[in-house]
Amino acid sequence: MANRLSRLTKPLLPAVLSITGAMLATPAAQAGESIVLASTTSTEQSGLFGHILPLFEQATGIRVKVVALGTGQALDTGRRGDADVLLVHDRAAEDKFVAEGWGIERRDVMYNDFVLVGPKADPAKVREAKTAADAFQGIAAGATPFVSRGDKSGTHAAELRFWKAAGVDPKAWSGYKESGSGMGPTLNMAASLGAYTLADRGTWLSFKNRQDLEIVLSGDPAMFNPYGIMLVNPAKHQAVKKDAGMQLLDWITGPAGQAAIADYKINGEQLFFPSAAK
Amino acid sequence: MGSTLLDAISLLAHLDPQVLAIVWLSFQVSLGATALGSLVGLLLGTWIAVAEFPGRAAVTVLLNGMMGMPPVVLGVIVYLALSRSGPLGTLGLLYSPTAMVIAQTLLVTPLIAALARQTVEDAWSDYRIELTALGFDRRLAVLTLLHDCRYSLVVAVLAGLGRAMSEVGAVMIVGGNIDGFTRVMTTAIALETAKGDLPLSIALGLVLISVVVALNALAFGLRQWAMRRYG
Repeated sequence: MANRLSRLTKPLLPAVLSITGAMLATPAAQAGESIVLASTTSTEQSGLFGHILPLFEQATGIRVKVVALGTGQALDTGRRGDADVLLVHDRAAEDKFVAEGWGIERRDVMYNDFVLVGPKADPAKVREAKTAADAFQGIAAGATPFVSRGDKSGTHAAELRFWKAAGVDPKAWSGYKESGSGMGPTLNMAASLGAYTLADRGTWLSFKNRQDLEIVLSGDPAMFNPYGIMLVNPAKHQAVKKDAGMQLLDWITGPAGQAAIADYKINGEQLFFPSAAK
Repeated sequence: MGSTLLDAISLLAHLDPQVLAIVWLSFQVSLGATALGSLVGLLLGTWIAVAEFPGRAAVTVLLNGMMGMPPVVLGVIVYLALSRSGPLGTLGLLYSPTAMVIAQTLLVTPLIAALARQTVEDAWSDYRIELTALGFDRRLAVLTLLHDCRYSLVVAVLAGLGRAMSEVGAVMIVGGNIDGFTRVMTTAIALETAKGDLPLSIALGLVLISVVVALNALAFGLRQWAMRRYG
């Protein structure tokens, strides 16, 4: 029995090892330089990166690997040194991040706006509200639920600002539901509950499973949603690819990148508006 | 639901190269992890089955318990280890297919080991007297039992492969779901669901299930063939 065993296993072991080795080696064998960009689900899921990053790669030969997270998580990723560049949308958190020395070279890139979406019947009469604060007050006074991101994302931070402006503690209201996930899953949840939620316009425009939802409020200047880009401080993390990262910062805030952002449309509607300082 | 399913099937009719690349990466990562996990898991499980040491029962319970390890927890642990701020940060492995193989290997090894231990322990209780009488030492007994149970152990390996192919929590965290680099079938499904593109999610799900069934059919066929050939 033992003889037969070694006859069978001897050729088998190197085969298994070499297959494993080949599998480990193939995906790792990537030519050219690459950087990790930690960004938000809103930019990834709206399809913007799929449109602009190939142009950057063509221009510079640098591959950009996008990890899509909420703004809070993206900043954490940068703090840990696991990303080279961050593109996020929570100005207060970004300034804090830079002030603490984790990021450098923060620049404005683009903006879009938040929209309040809800059921077509609009039971909380949000359409009649003049400002987001009024709308949030009306929602909390009714029985139709509101789905919150609840994930420390830029959109979540904006939503909490609106509740504060409305003078409402959402946690004390029974209709408040935290999805704890990205913009897409939150919209899926709002669609199936027939609830209100706050979304960035980009994700909303590219979102397909809308069911009975539509925009009930937009255009309040308070719903302005600016995005900023910055380099993770190489002085804090030596592994940060400073040169390649700075090339992305320069490109995206330069004429070519800004034009590419303005070019990106879904059904003829522009999603993001370039805002880099000239 | 019905129309979503129809849309999904029509999407499958014209699979684009991008989807094929995602399927291929899923194969590479999960097969790699299962191969490594089998190498360690089968030996470890068999060794525990025949070994006698204090705390053996505790180890067995722990191993069985590890079968229920949530992939996302393992993902976080591997993430913390591979992060630039973690103990293995200098390797720069985070957000790479290699990191995904590491996470899935850690995920499937206890499963394969636990299933192998049960299978081999049953065989050991049947053959123990004979093998001991023949003067086999532990090492030889382990190898002999592994060989003797090889057809049953295929199921343990397939269970490992199934767990690796179908998990999303660990690869999402350590791979980052990077387009064209670390995006596999399960993370692509999660992303498409997030975008509200349910037909594409289901289409990818159908591909995933087909692939797993095909692998199982292949293993079943091989086993039948080998049993006839070698007895």
